[in-house]
Amino acid sequence: MTLNAYLILSTLLFCIGLIGVMRRKNVLMLFFSTEIMLNAVNIGFAAISKFHGDLSGQMFAFFIIAVAAAEVAIGLGLLILWYKRTGSINLDDIQGMKG
Amino acid sequence: MEKYIYIALFAPLVGSLVAALFSMQPKTVFTGWFTSFMLAVSMFASLNLLHFVYTTDTVLHTKLFDWIVIGSLDIPFGFVVDQVSVVMMSVVTVVSTMVHIHSIGYMEHDKGFNRYFSYLSAFVFSMLVLVMSDNFAVLFIGWEGVGVCSWLLIGFWYHKDSASWAANEAFIMNRVGDLGLLLGMFLLYWNLGTLQYNEVFATIGTLDNSLLVWIGGLLFLGAMGKSAQFPLHTWLADAMEGPTPVSALIHAATMVTAGVYLVVRSNELYTLVPEVGYAIAALGAFVAIFAATMALVNNDMKRIIAYSTLSQLGYMFVAAGLGAYWVALFHLATHAFFKSVLFLGAGNVMHAMNDELDIRKMGGLHNKMKATSIIMLIASLALAGIFPLAGFFSKDKILESAFNADAYILWGVLWVTAGLTAFYSFRLVFKIFFGKQNYSDADFHPHEAKSFVIAAMIPLAILAVIAGWFEHSFIDFVTKTLPTWEASNTASSTIWILILVTTAVAVGGIALAYVKYYKGDGFSKEWENNAIYKLLINQYYIPAFYDKFISKPYYAISVWIFKMIEVKIIDNAIDGIAHIIFNAGAKVRPIQSGNLSTSLRLMVGGLIMGLVFALVLAVL
Repeated sequence: MTLNAYLILSTLLFCIGLIGVMRRKNVLMLFFSTEIMLNAVNIGFAAISKFHGDLSGQMFAFFIIAVAAAEVAIGLGLLILWYKRTGSINLDDIQGMKG
Repeated sequence: MEKYIYIALFAPLVGSLVAALFSMQPKTVFTGWFTSFMLAVSMFASLNLLHFVYTTDTVLHTKLFDWIVIGSLDIPFGFVVDQVSVVMMSVVTVVSTMVHIHSIGYMEHDKGFNRYFSYLSAFVFSMLVLVMSDNFAVLFIGWEGVGVCSWLLIGFWYHKDSASWAANEAFIMNRVGDLGLLLGMFLLYWNLGTLQYNEVFATIGTLDNSLLVWIGGLLFLGAMGKSAQFPLHTWLADAMEGPTPVSALIHAATMVTAGVYLVVRSNELYTLVPEVGYAIAALGAFVAIFAATMALVNNDMKRIIAYSTLSQLGYMFVAAGLGAYWVALFHLATHAFFKSVLFLGAGNVMHAMNDELDIRKMGGLHNKMKATSIIMLIASLALAGIFPLAGFFSKDKILESAFNADAYILWGVLWVTAGLTAFYSFRLVFKIFFGKQNYSDADFHPHEAKSFVIAAMIPLAILAVIAGWFEHSFIDFVTKTLPTWEASNTASSTIWILILVTTAVAVGGIALAYVKYYKGDGFSKEWENNAIYKLLINQYYIPAFYDKFISKPYYAISVWIFKMIEVKIIDNAIDGIAHIIFNAGAKVRPIQSGNLSTSLRLMVGGLIMGLVFALVLAVL
């Protein structure tokens, strides 16, 4: 497969994730969508790293996986707390910032 | 000696500032006596300077600080005490001190007692800045300072519409004159590069004649505004709305003579352009008779004296215009004494009569207030120019100067005016103090003013009598800075005839007033239907003319501009901008809904826009 095919896959996945972020109302689904976007980026990094024979891209991919794991851990923790407090994880119910 | 200059100048300012501290408080007699004391200190310092300059013939120069130094423009805040300014200082401080003391009695029951003294002392300070300055710029500061204080004091009873109207009228009329003064100063600076008197007058001969005519004319325009010469004269009579001691100090003795002082100070300039001087003299003679005729028929005590002031200012300008500068200054000084005391006497009468001003409702007050009556009689005799009082010497010299310059028409006008002056002065005195009592004892209880008030008037009354006797030493003194002038053209026998003729017309005026108002009951009522009487009582319809052809059209134009330009263009433009911003805000308000989903979408939208923008830039 050519580099282009990987990049197209990466772009498609990123768009799916982005649409998910925009359309979904369930905060859990938002997390999934962001994971998809992060991993779409990872695919791009890994493919370009392989293409150029430079390992730093793949190292960056690992960093992103680690950061994503940390983010999910904290995010899910907050989400559970939020669910316990309000009984809903619908995005439209979270209006605390309304002026 | 320098310290005396500063004491003379700043003592009134200290008094004013101290009185200002109490201005919001109810009457405290302390402020009155303190400001009077400070004025007395200033008077003492001025008289000391007078004595010093008189005995040693030194001109004192002092520089307080550099005021404006930009490039080649160097204007120091400097003062000069020479023969002219020291005479002015002495006159100003002597009259001011007496007026301050008189005011303590006059303003006794006024709520704004402390405020009044603060303003009055601030006025004296400004006036001293005006006369002591050694350049035109600082003179202009004093000039504006006295204008502001005059505005404050005319409108002192600001709750009265007429008072605030008169204050504004005086201020606005003076703006017209001040524009002329400023333009004259600009021309001087432009062509000579300096505003210092000594430098200006040393080099002024190098300018060409038409320029000098312009400068002389413009400076005189300033003098016309301050000294209320025709056609800027209407404010002076209306300025009588202020407290009476203010009229005595500002609108008789000091501020209105600033214009004469300016012409006298610029004598080198006016000597070079005799045609301007002659125009000044002609205008002065016109104002003299013009104002005197209005004083003939007026029934308002203060206005009669105001018109008389106007008329005497006209006399001074005749002398100054014809090159007899020391004569103008001499009449300025003697006039300051007798006119201020006349006004102060009018203040006493007003107090006695519950602020009544109409002389038709007075009469027979001599028995009730003897001291005021005698003092006003002396002042009126001095004003009429009866030997041996002060007015005789100075007024006679002015008539001589007109005769000597072969200006027989001017002489004739002034001669007639001398008769009119005597008549209206004594009409005033007889109507107030003698003749039939025209008020009922039930309504009014006239009483003499307090003794310290009378005591304050006595020095001025004495000066009104004796000031003329010092004519020769005065001439010797001031002609050290001013050009000498004597009636060289006229034989001494002619001068004696002139003196006789002038005295005769003055005595004739007094006699007519005596017959008509002391013995008789004035002119018959039919006179009041006379066209001339109507013309005079309406002040030649000039206020009406100004109202109709200047104020009203100006107001109409202002209203039109307000409606068309202010509201429709300026207001609409500003409102329009505000509306656009407000509407834009309303439109974008939904962004801040607080809904995370919406925010995310907007964020994505922004991101895409940013990307597109970057792409476009990259392609371009």
